[in-house]
Amino acid sequence: MPDDLTDGRIVVVGASLAGLRAAEALREQGFTGSLTVVGDEPHPPYDRPPLSKQVLLGVAPADSTGLPMRLDPKAEWVLGVRATGLDPLGKRVLLDNGDSLPYDRVLIATGTRARPWPNPAEAALDGVFTVRTREDAAGLAAALDAGPRRVLVIGGGFTGSEIASACRERGLEVTVTERGPAPLVGALGGTLSKLAAVMQRNHGVDLRTGVTVTRLLGEKTFTGVELSDGNQVDADVCVVALGAVRNVEWLADSGLAAGPRGLACDAGCRAFDMYGIVTDDVFVAGDVSRFPHPLFGYQLLSLEHWGNAVTQAEVAAHNMVSPGPMRRPHLALPTFWSTQFGLNIKSVGVPTYSDHVVIAQGSLEARRLAMVYGYRGRVTAAVTVDMAKSLDYYQHLIETGAPFPPPPGAADRAIAAEIPIPSDVPDPSVLSHGPTVALTGYLPDRRLTVV
Amino acid sequence: MDPGTLLARITDYASRPDPYPLYAELREAGAVVPQADGSLLIGGYHEVAALLHDPRMSADPRTRGVETAKPPFLRLDDPEHHRLRTLAMRPFGPPHTPHRVDGMRAEIENITKELLAPFESGGQVDVVDDFAYPLPVTVICRLLGVPHEDEPLFRAWSDTLVASADVRPDASSAPRDEAERARQEMGGYLVGLAEQRRDDPRDDLLSAFVSEPDPELRLSREELAETAVLLLIAGHETTVNLITNGVLTLLRHPEELDRLRREPDLMPRAVEELLRYEPPVHMRERIPLADFDVAGTTLPRGSSVFLALAAGNRDPRRFTDPDRFDPTRADNEHLGFGSGIHVCYGAPLARLEAQYALTALLPRLGTAELAEDPPPYRQNAMLRGPRHLTLRF
Repeated sequence: MPDDLTDGRIVVVGASLAGLRAAEALREQGFTGSLTVVGDEPHPPYDRPPLSKQVLLGVAPADSTGLPMRLDPKAEWVLGVRATGLDPLGKRVLLDNGDSLPYDRVLIATGTRARPWPNPAEAALDGVFTVRTREDAAGLAAALDAGPRRVLVIGGGFTGSEIASACRERGLEVTVTERGPAPLVGALGGTLSKLAAVMQRNHGVDLRTGVTVTRLLGEKTFTGVELSDGNQVDADVCVVALGAVRNVEWLADSGLAAGPRGLACDAGCRAFDMYGIVTDDVFVAGDVSRFPHPLFGYQLLSLEHWGNAVTQAEVAAHNMVSPGPMRRPHLALPTFWSTQFGLNIKSVGVPTYSDHVVIAQGSLEARRLAMVYGYRGRVTAAVTVDMAKSLDYYQHLIETGAPFPPPPGAADRAIAAEIPIPSDVPDPSVLSHGPTVALTGYLPDRRLTVV
Repeated sequence: MDPGTLLARITDYASRPDPYPLYAELREAGAVVPQADGSLLIGGYHEVAALLHDPRMSADPRTRGVETAKPPFLRLDDPEHHRLRTLAMRPFGPPHTPHRVDGMRAEIENITKELLAPFESGGQVDVVDDFAYPLPVTVICRLLGVPHEDEPLFRAWSDTLVASADVRPDASSAPRDEAERARQEMGGYLVGLAEQRRDDPRDDLLSAFVSEPDPELRLSREELAETAVLLLIAGHETTVNLITNGVLTLLRHPEELDRLRREPDLMPRAVEELLRYEPPVHMRERIPLADFDVAGTTLPRGSSVFLALAAGNRDPRRFTDPDRFDPTRADNEHLGFGSGIHVCYGAPLARLEAQYALTALLPRLGTAELAEDPPPYRQNAMLRGPRHLTLRF
């Protein structure tokens, strides 16, 4: 490796949000060497949040979500090519076209892919979709345009709920199946998931909870499903929204600490090897990473959040071109948002890292509230529904380790704010989809269960 | 000097041309600076921003136990504030009316062109009276549905009300009952107009307010009066200062003026920088609903807390080289429109008006000469801007 960190060869593996932002940040931080970005999709980087919202509503075409560049990172883009391996000794990224790319430092930002329906034959039926890529969303949007009699969504996480919302907004009949007790329960816990269930039903969703889909029906074309409660639902379109799988398989022989929950790294985005020893030249950012966060007991967090991809990429890029003492930790608080059924849901902190919650402002009845999550007497997260302007206040409480429940005095403080109730964060293994945040150590209210 | 007199020194009319050294003194005196009169003054960016988002900070003067009529939503707390602001927003902005402001581009451009006439003839113009005041007034009149010929009428009411909204209202300029009378008369006038629109609706906000079919979403007569008065006044008083401060700032920075002339695409960012560097709104008052600490000082329940937005905008802990006017500034999350639940409702319109106004003036400013620098300022310290800005060509 050259002594001058602003020179040399950097390869970024992954050409989506984290990869692009890292490439831009590397140049902003003064990197003048050669920069190569490898992506397995044929497109330049594009934005995914609109794919389950505007694109399905038909208000934006799937190919219109290209990510704007803040500056041209002057990179060589190797697109439509998959990375198949990493040789940490030879310092090369191996590609499926037989080439390999030498590097001085490499950033792994390969993200996640949609978890497929486990039965490949059933998954191959016409009318069965997942939603992760631009092509997925375009295909599903076209299927919705065709006016199906019913859409069946498997999994009531954020993606599944947003898809169901878009279907209802288009006037389509939709059934959602969720193995847990309510939609969004894996991300938001018990109380808010009840509101989510009410909202879905009020908007005409046929919501089935506590059931799993046991079989997709159809010869060549999807016609319906069988449920674990013995019922059958006829539908023309099936959306499999079972969460995401981290793209780590290509690292299997790399000796890095990569597994189903992602590639582990330190707070400075440097990847760990399989013995827990930190590497010098392999960095990681975005959905594929898992990193320790001091506000959440230094547990390794795996996040599938837009904001994390951006901030972690920027920190990784900074650290890739900075000598040791100038490096920064990635300590940003996790945040995410969702729009569905006319509600704006925003979150800061880690709601699943909680034992109790209170409704601090507003109410479930008003459909406008701030729910604050606490763990062992400390504020650890807040979720607002149609009350996003309050979020900064709660972010400050989380960052300063403020006592839970939060202090009184708010103008629209709910009476319920005085009564903490259990947060009812379920064991992720009972959900049919993955939560968008995974604590990859232990769950705080299930101390004895290693997950 | 004694930091306990800072508020008095800032509001002193002699400080109006340049309050920024006092803001620097304020930031250096600490996060929370108690004043001799018992109020508290806060000028650090991070403290101001945090308190603007703090639901324990009330905007409603009645929380102090003062009996008054229900204020407009600018001075209400949630959930009352949320209901009224949402209703007022329905005909104005997203999600219900996403194109209202954007749809006014052509109109704003036309009005701007008409107002440029005196600038062609050479001689002398007053940027305030001839341009920066008539532009937003014409725009807000069309938007609300107020006949432009009534402008002298509401200008008098508006002047009275704005004077009473100062940090320390000058007893001689606007006694409370005079302000109250102006509010009543202006409200009555606007409700009267709205009543006419009920039978003869047009594409304006007053028509939209009275033709809402859902009784749950309808403003009461009193709410309509308060809301319409607020929109009419807030819709022009601040924009006048934004445009005038903009002209003054550009004339004081000829190299940036040149650059904008060469790169007109920079104008939106230049307006953002103006909102940071010379914002129209310098301070907001808030009232803590509970005793709580900020940086080791207790804000007592019911006290007057003055958040100096303009001081936060020049905080070196937040902005690099904060006293430099830099239209290309990349990181510019200023407090020019406030923040939190009361963040400026009219911000998209104000941005558009300032962008068009300054763009139209750019070619004329090259040969302009300021008659007086600093120009004479208006009395108000909270809504700060020149009373006149005379240019010679």
